[in-house]
Amino acid sequence: MWFFSLILNMVKATPDGYNARGQTVTNMQLRGANGPDISVVSVGIFTTLLAFITLYVASRSVDPGMGFHAGLLSAGFVLGTLALVFWYAGRDDEQVFDPTKYEDGIVKAGVFASMFWGIAGLLVGVIIALQLTYPNLFYFDQWGFTNFGRLRPLHTSAVIFAFGGNVLISSSFYVVQRTCRTRLAGGAWPWFVFWGYQLFIVIAATGYLMGITQSKEYAEPEWYADLWLTIVWVGYLFVFLGTIWKRKEPHIYVANWFYLSFIVTIAMLHIVNNLTLPVSLFGSKSYIAMAGVQDALTQWWYGHNAVGFFLTTGFLAIMYYFIPKRVNRPVYSYRLSIVHFWSLIFIYIWAGPHHLHYTALPQWAQTLGMTFSLMLWMPSWGGMINGLMTLSGAWDKLRTDPVVRMMVLSLAFYGMSTFEGPLMSVRAVNSLSHYTEWGIGHVHSGALGWVGFISFGALYCMTQYLWKRPRMYSIAMVEWHFWAATLGIVLYITSMWVAGIMEGLMWRSYNEFGFLEYSFVETVEAKHIAYIIRSLGGVLYLGGAIVMAYNLWRTARGDTRLSELSDAERAELLSNEPVTTRAPAQPAE
Amino acid sequence: MSLFNKHSFLEKHSSILTIGILFVVAIGGLIEIAPLFYLKNTIEKVEGMRPYTPLELAGRNIYIREGCYVCHSQMVRPLRDEVERYGHYSLAAESMYDHPFQWGSKRTGPDLARLGGKYADTWHMDHMKDPRSVVPESVMPPYAFMIGRPLKFENIEADIKAMKALGVPYTDEMVEFAKSDLIVQTDPNSDWEEMVERYENLAGREGSVAVRAFDGDPENVTEMDALIAYMQMLGSLVDFDKYEADDLHNRR
Repeated sequence: MWFFSLILNMVKATPDGYNARGQTVTNMQLRGANGPDISVVSVGIFTTLLAFITLYVASRSVDPGMGFHAGLLSAGFVLGTLALVFWYAGRDDEQVFDPTKYEDGIVKAGVFASMFWGIAGLLVGVIIALQLTYPNLFYFDQWGFTNFGRLRPLHTSAVIFAFGGNVLISSSFYVVQRTCRTRLAGGAWPWFVFWGYQLFIVIAATGYLMGITQSKEYAEPEWYADLWLTIVWVGYLFVFLGTIWKRKEPHIYVANWFYLSFIVTIAMLHIVNNLTLPVSLFGSKSYIAMAGVQDALTQWWYGHNAVGFFLTTGFLAIMYYFIPKRVNRPVYSYRLSIVHFWSLIFIYIWAGPHHLHYTALPQWAQTLGMTFSLMLWMPSWGGMINGLMTLSGAWDKLRTDPVVRMMVLSLAFYGMSTFEGPLMSVRAVNSLSHYTEWGIGHVHSGALGWVGFISFGALYCMTQYLWKRPRMYSIAMVEWHFWAATLGIVLYITSMWVAGIMEGLMWRSYNEFGFLEYSFVETVEAKHIAYIIRSLGGVLYLGGAIVMAYNLWRTARGDTRLSELSDAERAELLSNEPVTTRAPAQPAE
Repeated sequence: MSLFNKHSFLEKHSSILTIGILFVVAIGGLIEIAPLFYLKNTIEKVEGMRPYTPLELAGRNIYIREGCYVCHSQMVRPLRDEVERYGHYSLAAESMYDHPFQWGSKRTGPDLARLGGKYADTWHMDHMKDPRSVVPESVMPPYAFMIGRPLKFENIEADIKAMKALGVPYTDEMVEFAKSDLIVQTDPNSDWEEMVERYENLAGREGSVAVRAFDGDPENVTEMDALIAYMQMLGSLVDFDKYEADDLHNRR
């Protein structure tokens, strides 16, 4: 609850968004002119309906998990409906959703939601890293919900879907309004999408702790959570498309192509991979429609493209907007954007089978997967080059602006992990790397390096722009964040490289008599030092994120760390009362 | 170049752009996944496969619930060291009744595809209770909380029914007697013959259904009974004496 009121306060503190240049006002959006706002009424009716349905399910549930979740959903819907009604009734401005202004409240809420879930997800990551390092200290034999098997999906979902998802939703809402020069479509529906997504996260996370999972990696939530996410996601698609439909720019900006492909493709992947048959409509358990080899390939078609479309195209959209914005230069090459976009989304979808080399998947499918994974290297680096070269003529900002440095380093990590990926997809390499810590290291160079840093860059930018602050509260803290996180990543990925290649070699090592040289558990023991280093890397990365959250919070409040200013700047700042009324330094729209 | 100029059409028409994206991203999956459903040699011809007994299925659901798949694969690759360490490489046929599959993606612990029969039930009990009591270097979590905990199986018919609806060849009898079939498998003093017959008929050979008090206590049906019953049958169904790897039907 504190979180909700916190966000509400932040939103209230600066109620004015930027004026869009178009001034058209439709009657529908004018309160009083045509009765109550349609979007508020429709969201209200919808959530009320859902509250009743879920309450009914809760009352007839056949297992405690479903009882808890249906009840939780119902409570969420009741709370949401009440919040909507009270907010709507209590508003004093004439226009509910002023079409001449951007909807920035939701983006502000998204910035805080991102930081909250980001820290939560990283914290769980550190905990499970420590569990593998010191099993006697971090396991509790009567608390099944704290075991690695339950917390690991909590960690992956929290960082990918809770942190990453909130960064994507909030940044896409920020970008699409500005590049279309119009307010977000759908009135109250964007808020439905935002809170509906948070509700999905809570359902998924509590489900993992209770042991409710369908065991498909990165798609663990059970059928009813999937169903709810589908509803929210369709809402998201229509809010995004609706905003594009009423744009005041003739062209759809490149970042929006990437956001659109992310939203559309994730919908396709999510629906197909989660085709499942519930044992009971009042129970949490379901059985996946496909079996064995077909299920395996569908899962990794989904799994690899969760990387491709959630963690790549979505964040490339961020790159295509925030890097040009921050360094005040146009995107390097328009043609490269076109080639990059279409080749990336076409090729990525084929790469899934490289997760199944040497398995019982027919070899023709494995070979197709490997071939397209190798080809994927080119569009990936095309995108990286397009981002990096955008800095042409502004490379000096690497020295002066740590936020720019963060985004550039994210591209470097992107280039590195999209080179490493095709390498690991080669069958011969994969026979060594698969099932080992190398895979974990690879994922984290992409997740911590690319996704993490480009997200942090976007969050720093958005906080500064949304609250109209001339500078971050502390630039030194951004520096600290940058170096702590970078060192953390280096420790993480190098230790996992060493551990992974070492265990891969130990597994296949033979002694002079032609017997396997090591028992399995000897390879576990050998990774202990690497596990310690990895945990340390995770702690550094988490520490950096906490520093960032504090910095964003103080920046949003309008504070400036006086010790970082020159005497003249400080004197000027202190002469103005109060500090928060300083002129905005928002870059030109 | 004219082609690039034509792209501006897509940049001005969001619906066509959306449809174009959907078309482009649908191709790869269609070509890779759809044939697996109709190419006959996707799944090898083997003897001995049968659906899980209700107790094994309940055990499998515990395996899934606890997230065992995040650290244990169930897919032995046809590589010399793996075949020597774990046993015969895994076949697609061995997971054809697995909704969902449990091949896994990481070996923080060893592969479990051929775990069945490797260790005694009592070893599994000790190991689940405190993994480091039997393997000092292990990093596996303890599952002591599960020891003696009663298995919930009131709705097991519904589970078997759902699997049957998805194409697993359970018979009507198996659905009807699911609950009693589950109970008798944990108690060698009960009338378990019909249950064993039902499942061995489908397997086409004898000796693939084990009846015993898996957790050492024949009185109560516990989660440990189910989990150990599942672990002890892993990889033991296919009759590898009759499997011909070089048969053209089995080459993929």
